[in-house]
Amino acid sequence: MTATEMVRADNVHKSFGSLEVLKGIDLVVKPGEVCCVLGPSGSGKSTFLRCINHLEKINAGRILVDGELVGYRERGGKLHELGEKDVAKQRRSIGMVFQRFNLFPHMTVLDNVMEAPCRVKRESKAEVRDRSLSLLERVGLGEKVGNYPGQLSGGQQQRVAIARALAMRPKLMLFDEPTSALDPELVGEVLDVMKGLAQDGMTMVVVTHEIGFAREVGDKLIFMDGGVVVEQGTPRDVITNPQHERTRAFLSKVL
Amino acid sequence: MRHPARWVGLGVIAILVAMFVHLLVTNDRFRWSFIFLEYQDGKRGVMFTEPVLNGLRGTILLTISSMAIGIGLGIVIAIMRLSENRILSSVAFVYTWFFRAVPRLVLAVLFGNLNILWERIGFGLPFGTQIGKLFGLDGFDGQFYSIKASDLLAGFVAGMLALGLSEAAYMAEIVRAGIQSIDEGQSEAAVALGMSRGQVLRRVVLPQAMRVIVPPTGNEIIAMVKDTSLVAFVPVTFELWFQLQQVSARTFVVLPVIVAALIWYLILCTVLMVAQFFVERHFGKGYGAAAKARQRLRDIQVEQGGRITGVGEGP
Ligand SMILES: Nc1ncnc2c1ncn2[C@@H]1O[C@H](COP(=O)(O)OP(=O)(O)O)[C@@H](O)[C@H]1O
Ligand SMILES: [Mg+2]
Repeated sequence: MTATEMVRADNVHKSFGSLEVLKGIDLVVKPGEVCCVLGPSGSGKSTFLRCINHLEKINAGRILVDGELVGYRERGGKLHELGEKDVAKQRRSIGMVFQRFNLFPHMTVLDNVMEAPCRVKRESKAEVRDRSLSLLERVGLGEKVGNYPGQLSGGQQQRVAIARALAMRPKLMLFDEPTSALDPELVGEVLDVMKGLAQDGMTMVVVTHEIGFAREVGDKLIFMDGGVVVEQGTPRDVITNPQHERTRAFLSKVL
Repeated sequence: MRHPARWVGLGVIAILVAMFVHLLVTNDRFRWSFIFLEYQDGKRGVMFTEPVLNGLRGTILLTISSMAIGIGLGIVIAIMRLSENRILSSVAFVYTWFFRAVPRLVLAVLFGNLNILWERIGFGLPFGTQIGKLFGLDGFDGQFYSIKASDLLAGFVAGMLALGLSEAAYMAEIVRAGIQSIDEGQSEAAVALGMSRGQVLRRVVLPQAMRVIVPPTGNEIIAMVKDTSLVAFVPVTFELWFQLQQVSARTFVVLPVIVAALIWYLILCTVLMVAQFFVERHFGKGYGAAAKARQRLRDIQVEQGGRITGVGEGP
C-alpha cells in the first residue's frame, strides 16, 4: 500500500522539560517529493526530523509515515505508545543521515552497510553483500569497501552513511544537515549522491543550508523559526519572494 | 657527547644491573638448584613439585572462574546502573557500594563461614517451609533439589564467589565508564537503522567500549592472579602461595620458596600481558593513530559549528 502522503505531520508539539521546541508543526510530503527544511540554529529542525522516526517522543499532535502512525497506535480515539520492537520495525523503512556521519568506526565500510540488513532484517548474507557492494559502487566508493571509516575523508564517510541507510530499502530518507560538517570542497560529492537519489524518486526530507541544492532539487521548502513553520512553498517562491520578515532576514544572511 | 647526563645515568644503571646479576649468580643463599632442579633427594625443584603445580593450577582456575563471574556480572550490573529504571539502577548502585567497601580478605573469610547460616542449599519454592506449615504439612519444605551447604560453600566455591562477586563491582564501574565513553550518535544511528536495544549494545556500543574496557580489565586480571592468595583464609589449600608456604614450613627454607613463587607470578603475568596485547589490537581495529587524529580534528571542527559552506548558522 502506498499512501498519497509519505509524511504527514499534524500539529506536532515537542518540549524538553519546560522548553517548548516545536509549537505545532504541520507538514505534508508526497511520495517522491524532496522537502527541504531551512531555518536558523535552534529553531527545532533537527528535533522535528528526529520526531519523524520517533527518536524523540512528541508531546502532542501526530505524525504519519506512509499512512501509518509513527510510534503510537490508535485505539478508542486514544494514542498508545508502541513497544520498542514495533517502533524499531517502523524505523527500518525510514533512513536517516546525520550531520556527523555516525558510521560505526569498528566495522569496515562494507560491514557498516551490511550490518542492519543482516542483523535487523535477517536477510541472506550473500544477497545483502551484493546489494551493499552495488550501493557502494553507486555512491562512488567501490574501491573503499574494505577500509575503516577512520581512513576516509568526511565526504566519503557521509556517502557511506547514505549507502548504509539505503541498504535497508527505506521508503523515506531523512537528512540532518548532511554537509555541514564537511570541508567546502567535499560538499559537492555528497550533494551529487543526494541529487541522484531524488532523481530515482526517493522521498526525502532534508535539513540543509545549501540554498542551491534546495532550489535545484527541492519540490518544496519550509522555513522554520522558533518552533513553527513560518513559511512554505516551492523553493523558487520562498527563496526569491519570501513573504515574511524573518524568512527575508534569514535568507539575506545565507545568500 | 651531546647528552652527558644521559650517559652518566646509563652508566649508573649498568653498574646497578651488574651488581644485581652478580648477587643472583654468586650468592648461594638463593639456592637455585633447590628452586629449579631438586629440593630433596630424588625430588624435582620446588617450582615443579606436584603440590606446587597443583597449587598453580588452582590459582589459574580460580583466576579464570572468578574473573568470568566478575566480567559477566559486571556487565549486567553496569547495564542496570545505566538503566532508566530507578529500581534497577539503585540495586546496581548498592551492589557496587557494598562489594567495593568490604575488603576481599574479609569477604573470603565471610564466604568460608556462610554455611553457618543455612544447613542445606537448593532450588525450590521460596518460603517453602512456611507455606507447608500454612497447609499443615509438617515435613514439606518445597525443595526440588538441595545439597548440604558445607559441601557447596566450602573451599573452592566459596573462594570463587568471594573473589568473583567482589570483582563484579569493580568490573561494573569499568564497563560503565567504557559504555559512557561512546558517542551518543553511535547508538542513535544504530537505533535509527531499526536495531533493538540489545543489538545496539552488543553490536555497536560494547565492541567500541572494549577499547576503553580492556586495559583496566587487564589490570584487574593480573591483580586477581595475586588476590587468589587470599582464599587461603576461606580456607582453600588448592592455591599456589599456600602450597609454597607449606614447602617452606616443612623444609625451613624461606627465601628460595619466595623466589619460586615470584617466578611463577612473573610467568603468569607475562602470559596475561601478551594476551592483553592481542586483545587490545583486536578491539583497536579501525583506530589507527592517523585515523584517530583526523577524527579528533573533525570533531573539533564540528563542535565549533563545522565549516559550513556559504553560511554560518545563526549569529
Ligand atoms: N535532548 C535535548 N534536551 C534539551 N534540549 C534540547 C535537546 N535537543 C534539542 N534541544 C533544544 O531544542 C532546541 C532546538 O534544537 P534543534 O532541534 O537541534 O535545532 P536546530 O536543529 O534547528 O538547530 C534548541 O534550543 C536545543 O537546545
Ligand atoms: Mg540541527
